Amino acid sequence: MTNAWRQKAFSYGIVIPFAIVLAFPFVWMGVTSLKNQAQVYDPTKVWSFSPTLSNYGNLLHHTDYLRWLRNSSFVGLMVVLITLAVAMPAGYALARLAGRIGRGLGVGIFLTYLVPPTLLFLPLSRVVAQYLHLSDRLWALIVVYPSFTIPFAVWLLMGFFKSIPQELEDAALIDGCSRLGSLVRIVFPISIPGILTVVIFTFSLVINEFVYAITFISSSTNRTLTVGVPTDLIRGDLYNWPGIMAAILIPSIPLALVYNAFLNRFIAGFTGGAFR
Amino acid sequence: MAAVTAPGGSRLRRLWYVTERRGFLATLLISPAILFIGALVGVPLVLAIYLSFTDATAGSLSGKWVGLANFRAELHNPVFRGALWHTFLFTAISQAVVVVCAGLLAHALMRQFRGRWILRFFILLPWAAPIALTAVGFLWFYDPQASIFTWLLVHSHLVSAGSVPTWLGTPRAAASSIISVQAWRMIPFATVIFLAGISSIPQEVDDAAAMDGATGLKKFWYVSLPLQLPIAIVAVLFGIVFTATDMVVPYILTNGGPFNSTQVLTTLAFQTGINAGNIGEGAAVALFMLPLLALVTIAMLFFARRAEVT
Repeated sequence: MTNAWRQKAFSYGIVIPFAIVLAFPFVWMGVTSLKNQAQVYDPTKVWSFSPTLSNYGNLLHHTDYLRWLRNSSFVGLMVVLITLAVAMPAGYALARLAGRIGRGLGVGIFLTYLVPPTLLFLPLSRVVAQYLHLSDRLWALIVVYPSFTIPFAVWLLMGFFKSIPQELEDAALIDGCSRLGSLVRIVFPISIPGILTVVIFTFSLVINEFVYAITFISSSTNRTLTVGVPTDLIRGDLYNWPGIMAAILIPSIPLALVYNAFLNRFIAGFTGGAFR
Repeated sequence: MAAVTAPGGSRLRRLWYVTERRGFLATLLISPAILFIGALVGVPLVLAIYLSFTDATAGSLSGKWVGLANFRAELHNPVFRGALWHTFLFTAISQAVVVVCAGLLAHALMRQFRGRWILRFFILLPWAAPIALTAVGFLWFYDPQASIFTWLLVHSHLVSAGSVPTWLGTPRAAASSIISVQAWRMIPFATVIFLAGISSIPQEVDDAAAMDGATGLKKFWYVSLPLQLPIAIVAVLFGIVFTATDMVVPYILTNGGPFNSTQVLTTLAFQTGINAGNIGEGAAVALFMLPLLALVTIAMLFFARRAEVT
């Protein structure tokens, strides 16, 4: 009994301080976003101030914020569709059809996820401008983003498909279903939780992306969230910090909630592809 | 096959039968992914290497071949050498902090306790929120006049009002600030992967160790640690790559300043290649990340295989 107590105390003693330190920036963003401009720089008004929601209203009505939100969502949606269309068949094939070669290929595809945008953005910026003629267009991002979402998605899906028993498909084949048919009728429907996980994490990767977005997009109206906030909202001499904090929190909190909900599946997929 | 080519079989039907062959179907399903990755990762990678040997500038993809001139110029450039050193330093220090903190946290989170869900959510926040946005938040927390960190330090009497840190203002402080944000962001990722590593140890192993009298630190050192190490190392390798190749945090917080004291490879490549328009030179700067990536890839393959065996 005392041992259990000690273990519990150990857990709380470590987890609570860390949770406070790691989450504090978000608390402070929330506090700042509710202050009015005059009180922001007043050090005596750390906790006592008259809260206002006007910063949120300002942000939504008097900046391009909603446009960036829309741009990010549009790019995210298109990239999710492309990623699923390419990665679902590939992940399935790597899990089932190909043997040893498949394993090697799977690891190879996953490793390309390690090649960072910061290494590729210079050549890609020229390719996008000169060959694709997509400078300053959201489509430039839609074309390029799958390069890092597909490796990631193939890896996760490969893990999920491996966990579906082969017997289910064999039964379908015996009943006269074709291979492609069993894929569409049996495998994909059972994998919906796995596919949903891939959707969430692909979308989150797209919302997070910064390097390509700042390189390819030049006009304010075509920016995505992650680039619009640090560039267009941080201009001029008087920063509207409360508004900026609101701009950070609006997408962050919902994303974090969804992320948290799918975390266990994500970890299973991430570590499961190779390590099981 | 005879049935397929029988008079009744249309072309479409024949194609349909071909998809029943394992090898063909696999190739058909995998090739779009390979093509996409080849076109958008392989080709640009080769192009980046080619560009680094040319004097290409913004507006043209082909410059004059200059051999190793870009690399030679960079190696003699003190700003570049600084960037190389800072990249290494920021990555090494922040990852060391991450490993210690995440190791502790993962072990503490292993057990079930009240409020675990919400505490884990708080811990996950820095990783789940877009870093380009939260980095802007830190720009405010590090504000020279109204920094909340300064206020907290002064009011808890850790620092006297006369000697407050300058956060982003002086070289050493700016470097520490960037390292802190990098560590803050990577701790949650490492924690959850470590956690997965610990949970993957079968209960029987634990029981057997307890039966043999292994407890506490001894059990951790000889039983738990070796078993969870492969997955933990993969998490650390990812952390190293994510930190060393990250441009967002230094770009938003300092953009390399003050006086290039926080310049890293990525910010220097951006400034040289995009802002100054010297694409060839910028590509050469960015390519210095390649040896690190190659090393990590080899290590990853090695440990992935080990993890499989255990």
